Amino acid sequence: MSAVVQVEGLRKVYQLEQAVVALAGVDLRVEEGEFVAVMGPSGSGKSTFMHIVGMLDRPTAGRYLFNGREVAALSPDELADLRSRSLGFVFQAYNLLPRTSALENVELPMIYAGVPERERKEAALAAMETVGVAHLRGHMPNQLSGGQQQRIAIARALVNHPSLMLADEPTGALDTKTSQDVMELLTRLNQERGITILLVTHEPDVAAYARRIVTFRDGRIESDRPTRDALGLVQS
Amino acid sequence: MNFGTLFSLAMRALIRNKSRSLLTMLGVIIGVAAVIVTVAIGAGARVSVQRQIQSLGSNLLIVIPGSVTQTGARTGNGAASTLTPDDGLAIAKLPGVAAVSPTVTVRTQVVAGGNNWQTTVTGVAPTYTFVRSWPTQSGTMFAQSDVASASKVAVLGTTVVQNLFPDGSDPIGQTILIRNVPFTVVGVLQSKGQTGMGQDQDDTVLIPYTSALDRLTGGTTVNSLLISVADANSTDTVQNEITQLLEQRHRIVPPQQDDFNIRNLQDIADAASSTSAILELLLASVAAVSLIVGGIGIMNIMLVSVTERTREIGIRMAVGARSAVILRQFLVEAVVLATSGGLIGVLTGTMLTIAAAAIGRWPMIVDPSSIVLAVLFSALVGIFFGYYPARRAASLNPIEALRFE
Repeated sequence: MSAVVQVEGLRKVYQLEQAVVALAGVDLRVEEGEFVAVMGPSGSGKSTFMHIVGMLDRPTAGRYLFNGREVAALSPDELADLRSRSLGFVFQAYNLLPRTSALENVELPMIYAGVPERERKEAALAAMETVGVAHLRGHMPNQLSGGQQQRIAIARALVNHPSLMLADEPTGALDTKTSQDVMELLTRLNQERGITILLVTHEPDVAAYARRIVTFRDGRIESDRPTRDALGLVQS
Repeated sequence: MNFGTLFSLAMRALIRNKSRSLLTMLGVIIGVAAVIVTVAIGAGARVSVQRQIQSLGSNLLIVIPGSVTQTGARTGNGAASTLTPDDGLAIAKLPGVAAVSPTVTVRTQVVAGGNNWQTTVTGVAPTYTFVRSWPTQSGTMFAQSDVASASKVAVLGTTVVQNLFPDGSDPIGQTILIRNVPFTVVGVLQSKGQTGMGQDQDDTVLIPYTSALDRLTGGTTVNSLLISVADANSTDTVQNEITQLLEQRHRIVPPQQDDFNIRNLQDIADAASSTSAILELLLASVAAVSLIVGGIGIMNIMLVSVTERTREIGIRMAVGARSAVILRQFLVEAVVLATSGGLIGVLTGTMLTIAAAAIGRWPMIVDPSSIVLAVLFSALVGIFFGYYPARRAASLNPIEALRFE
């Protein structure tokens, strides 16, 4: 059986004034249904890793198999189609379209996946129901709190039943209580729906919701352990 | 992605920024309205010039005397006294000539009852009404017998009627005094309006040319001969025949200069319509420039919009928009802006034209083809000036776009 994400020897080098190595050879396997937290200090390469896994960026070297498909062989259009059908993004800054209703924001990935309007509305409402924001469907993002916006963003990431949900510091802009709510929601989605989640965070108590923690340092994986062991290590 | 979805994406983006969209359209609105109005003015000018030329008469040739040299100073055309009524009679016998009327023009005062009026008294033949396509509205034109006997009869233009008979009484049968000579009014001409030069053609009194020569000028020569050619296509041939005939009658041999000039109305008409065509072209090109400026306005705003919406574009790409779809969305936005600007411009332009035509007496003609052309052109402007910003949007790097603040 193939993993959702399988990377081997992943490297990313930025050619600035001098070459900056963001990823120096990363090997990782994420199986279906896993909930993985990626930790590490700033500049450890975790964001670059997320962008490559999210198909927004291409690696300099190494292999990336998504559901067994060689990503390097795909055209930009095929990557865009994969993003709309098989990936869901949740960002730190929510990244909802301004002056666009919550419902339309949730519909967005399906518009690009070519889903007919009726089906689109139904699926969007269902996803909003799942994360408990269906009553906010007509609101504009600027009328909503951070927690509400992030829930709508999660509904958007959910709406196409993706094989992988990528969450990049999803609680970074939220207070403790709201962070807990959002993390409980992600946990529930992972447990009840079996959605594979890859979460980037630098907060241990956020990472604690995951079942496996991968720690990056200087473009390499420093440790890769089940959550209990990993956090014990952090605390000691 | 089908066009309907693309269109609704673009429309939503435009509606989100209503005031900016309207301001962007303004350039195209003004440009298209300017095209519609100027083309309407141009077409109106052409038609009115043609109408005025037609109102001079049908297939008209005008023979006027040439210049004379008096003590070394040459006078202008028309000053010589060389044309006689007999020249006219000879021309009338030429094949291809439908009718001839001499004119003997005298500017003088006419009196009826207690009213007087300074007007142009023209001595003509009865054929004048045919040659000038100018029938009477009441009474009749005087007859050939009146010319033969130099009768004291007159046919009045409507302006003269209004000024001599302000009480509205029927002028026919009444007597008017022209230089103290009593003339009986036998008819009133239909109103013909102004010439292209703004001269009131109805301010005239027609009398037999013999009467004009005998009683007003005391001479034997006429001011001009008006000739109606039977077939418009043979105008040039007839003109040559008249030239030969008059040269023969006036005993002119080369290298002697002709003592007459023949004016062909077709030439005047052609010159006038080419003038108005140039005018039309000039107006239309000024309008086209404003349309292009409107297009540049669209490009400018779209470029600003791409920068401002960088993050939005990044989000769209992250959730799976192909860059071709982003390109098409921005292109459709530009085309929608330009085309709806074009449509509003057509409406505005048409209403302005109608209003201007109602206020001024200048005829204005809105040509349907100019409407179609203006809308198509504005759509083209949208594509042309929308492409570059759309390309910019589509070629953004999604990661950088998402980080953009």
